[in-house]
Amino acid sequence: MRSCGGTTDAELPLMCLGVPGRVVSVDGDLAQVDFWGVTKPIRLDVVDAPVAPGDYVLNHVGFAIRRIPAEDIEATLALYDELLAKSAPDDLMAADVRNELDAAGKP
Amino acid sequence: MSELAQLRFRDPARAQSLTATLADRARALGRAEPVSVMHVCGSHEQAIAKFGLRAGFPPELDVIMGPGCPVCVTDVPEVDEAVALAKQGVRVATYGDMLRVPGTSLSLADAHGAGARVEVVYGVAQAVELARTTTDEIVFFASGFETTAVATAAVLLAKPPPNFSILSAHKYIPPVMEIVAEMPGTKIEGFLAAGHAATITGWGVFERFVERHRIPVVVAGFEPLDILAGLVRLVELIGEDTPRVENAFPRCVSREGNLEAQAVLWRVFEPQGGRWRGIAHVPNGNLRLRDEFAQWDARRRFDIDLAPLWDHAPAALVAQCQCGDIMAGIASPHDCGLFGRECTPDNPVGACMVSAEGTCKIWHQYGGHPDLRQIRRRA
Repeated sequence: MRSCGGTTDAELPLMCLGVPGRVVSVDGDLAQVDFWGVTKPIRLDVVDAPVAPGDYVLNHVGFAIRRIPAEDIEATLALYDELLAKSAPDDLMAADVRNELDAAGKP
Repeated sequence: MSELAQLRFRDPARAQSLTATLADRARALGRAEPVSVMHVCGSHEQAIAKFGLRAGFPPELDVIMGPGCPVCVTDVPEVDEAVALAKQGVRVATYGDMLRVPGTSLSLADAHGAGARVEVVYGVAQAVELARTTTDEIVFFASGFETTAVATAAVLLAKPPPNFSILSAHKYIPPVMEIVAEMPGTKIEGFLAAGHAATITGWGVFERFVERHRIPVVVAGFEPLDILAGLVRLVELIGEDTPRVENAFPRCVSREGNLEAQAVLWRVFEPQGGRWRGIAHVPNGNLRLRDEFAQWDARRRFDIDLAPLWDHAPAALVAQCQCGDIMAGIASPHDCGLFGRECTPDNPVGACMVSAEGTCKIWHQYGGHPDLRQIRRRA
């Protein structure tokens, strides 16, 4: 069960947390949401912002609890990169990985 | 967000680098003994075990799972109530994880085996649908923390049918963090808070805790990078003089949280003191239905007769179960003589081996030794 909101792969691998769903259609308080290829009905009673087809939502036990703005995803990744950038310059392993990231041109 | 964007939160190169950063920060604390931090969510433990993150944690850092499994902390008398209702002929619907959680003498699975009608549902909305298709009394045995309680609250506000009711075992996480922080024997110096719950409550809910206990809190998501980044910040904050709350899950969590969901939650539920299995009495730790919703409260709707349950003797091994100490962070599954021997997912002695969010079940699922450092130390 996803009481706290996590993955229970054995039962419902596609409903796991951290895999937000993409809204396919909205009918009143009910949305059809695509989770990596599986469409599930998700209630919109308590979501924090109006959602429309194409939006991503965080699901918990069949209820959308957050509309995830695309810019926030970028902000999170930027936060991680900031942590990486702050790594001690004499940390050879971190430096190695930073170089690899740069070389691979990863965003 | 595309699937690709999602996978970036599992990027191995970033994960490796954050792991190195974590080791660097932990070493910088300059402690003789490892620093202990606690997360309070089964989903964090799932991700840590599944992605093998512990193998990369530095020896200077112990990451412990606390009371983060709502099924596990559902107290024995609460399970007894559900079992008694089922034996009285009421149809009990609940999450699959709840079936085998032991009561005083019986679990819901035992009751089902003896002929009681017990239904597994994906969520509370499905239980309401079930009630609409029948005139039978349907009781939804509701467990879960505030995130899940919001869903229960939402269906009650949407006026479910009169043959539907709720047996609430919902719990509220912030108060139990206070209990664990004050427990003698705990050396927790920082908390990794669950991003999902904080999506609802907002990270601001932890400010008072930090002020009172002088322990930093970092809200983290559930992807490997989310957890590693959260731990890096937590260890950094431990090294600072002024503890504070930080949000390492900004794509889902804000300071104030989901206000609409909070309004729904607190309109339907009120906090009440109650026991958490194996842990303690937790002031304001249980969520009880407000009087206004009494007609849907199974405790007020039915005369629940617990006496028949006392005819059976509890399982003899239960006395040896270490669940409580494990959830309080003062023991690990390896300290329990039953773990992986008498107690397995197929034949669980305690609730921690039942639930997909229980520490013992997760450790067992991932080979019993998700902490490879322990093998290294023993070798």
